[in-house]
Amino acid sequence: MQIGKASIRFEEPPIIESMASIVGKKEGQGPLGKLFDVVEQDDMFGSDNWEKAESALQKQTADLAIEKGDIRKKDIRYLFAGDLLGQLIATSFGTVDLEIPLFGLFGACSTMGEALNLGAMTVAGGYADKVMAMASSHFATAEKQFRFPLGYGNQRPFSASWTVTGCGAVVLTKHRKEGIAAITGITTGRMVDMGIKDSMNMGAAMAPAAFHTIQQNFDDFQVDESYYDKIITGDLGQVGRTILLDFMKNKGHDLEKIHTDCGIEIFNSNDQDTHAGGSGCGCAASTLCSYILPKVQSGTWKRVLFVPTGALLSTVSFNEGETIPGIAHAVVIENIGNL
Amino acid sequence: MEINKKAYEAYVKQVTPVHKKWPGIIKAFLVGGIICTLGQYITTLFMNTGLEKEAASAWTTLVLIAATVILTGLNIYPKITKFGGAGALVPITGFANSVVAPAVEFKAEGQVFGIGCKIFTIAGPVILYGILSSWILGVIAYVLKAFQML
Repeated sequence: MQIGKASIRFEEPPIIESMASIVGKKEGQGPLGKLFDVVEQDDMFGSDNWEKAESALQKQTADLAIEKGDIRKKDIRYLFAGDLLGQLIATSFGTVDLEIPLFGLFGACSTMGEALNLGAMTVAGGYADKVMAMASSHFATAEKQFRFPLGYGNQRPFSASWTVTGCGAVVLTKHRKEGIAAITGITTGRMVDMGIKDSMNMGAAMAPAAFHTIQQNFDDFQVDESYYDKIITGDLGQVGRTILLDFMKNKGHDLEKIHTDCGIEIFNSNDQDTHAGGSGCGCAASTLCSYILPKVQSGTWKRVLFVPTGALLSTVSFNEGETIPGIAHAVVIENIGNL
Repeated sequence: MEINKKAYEAYVKQVTPVHKKWPGIIKAFLVGGIICTLGQYITTLFMNTGLEKEAASAWTTLVLIAATVILTGLNIYPKITKFGGAGALVPITGFANSVVAPAVEFKAEGQVFGIGCKIFTIAGPVILYGILSSWILGVIAYVLKAFQML
């Protein structure tokens, strides 16, 4: 059912049937290290270049999600997947062997939110019994495309984030009474541009978008922060979190205790030299499939608002003096017992 | 959005932590100083073997570049720059690092379109505008000399 301006409440919520997360070595050494399904020690994933490595990462994660759920590949009707690279190279090459009809998505680091929004709509609408949603990022491919070659020495500011090498995949299935968790609603974000031009401060570029989407979710569902056990943004990092909490406070919402951020959870910024936190589509996706969903499944959290955030940074528009607009998509994820 | 972009920019500046200035300057002085001392030491070594000063300087440059190439390959030079900042970026070693790093990174895209096209992605502007500014200075010097002002 359409509610408010940008949200849907699912009368028959799609169910997350299976999940998988694979990350790189550095992520494995972080606070969530033990929770991931696989920590790959070889950042090249057995390939001879970084782009192939990220493709291999997607392939392995998709296969693992299928295997863990004991699902037949041919039963998955659509795949909603994306990454950070031009022409979605990691996705387009990584998903060839899956032979599942693909919608390739680009939402920068918000891609997992976009994939879950579309996947849930497709399943709830009756257009597919099963779909897969997946997003990945790789530190080396992202550095190469957006910043500097790995061997180039420079100093990163404290507001900079560290792109996560990781991938998360979930299989959504039509409504039933068993599974990991249910997607009961979504709020789709719009572009928000507050004029930020500093590519080393993506948190500041994305925080207004996260604020806007969360506020829209509250308005559309006619709820406030007390409705959720946790509100989890994608990769705002420390700077973005400060801004989001300030903005929310101005609107009378105190998110201090219930807000967390995948980028802050995934690394220990003091020991791992990651500055503001983790980022990339793989950050929100792998944290969802290792940390958030198990907590919802066990009932520690009954209802969470998962809000992956994206900064639409392009090296072309950046060099042309353009700003970095942000976007955030929200997904309401609930314990099956709530249904 | 209620607050305007200018106010937001100022606010972001206020909540974004920055590196402390003085520790950065001291580290840059240290690292830059060590690299230059090393260069002087190598030059003196070459001059002691009987080389002229100019030839010794050229050999020193080559040694420093070769050392950076090796240190970049071993992933040590980025760590030195992370610590020393401009102290490691400004000397010839920083320039060498900015040429080697893209060469290593883009090798996967081939000898021509990878290494060939992208080796100067960072150093290119330095080379282009370095040559341009020395040409402009040359013209100025030529004009001044012509009028016997130099």
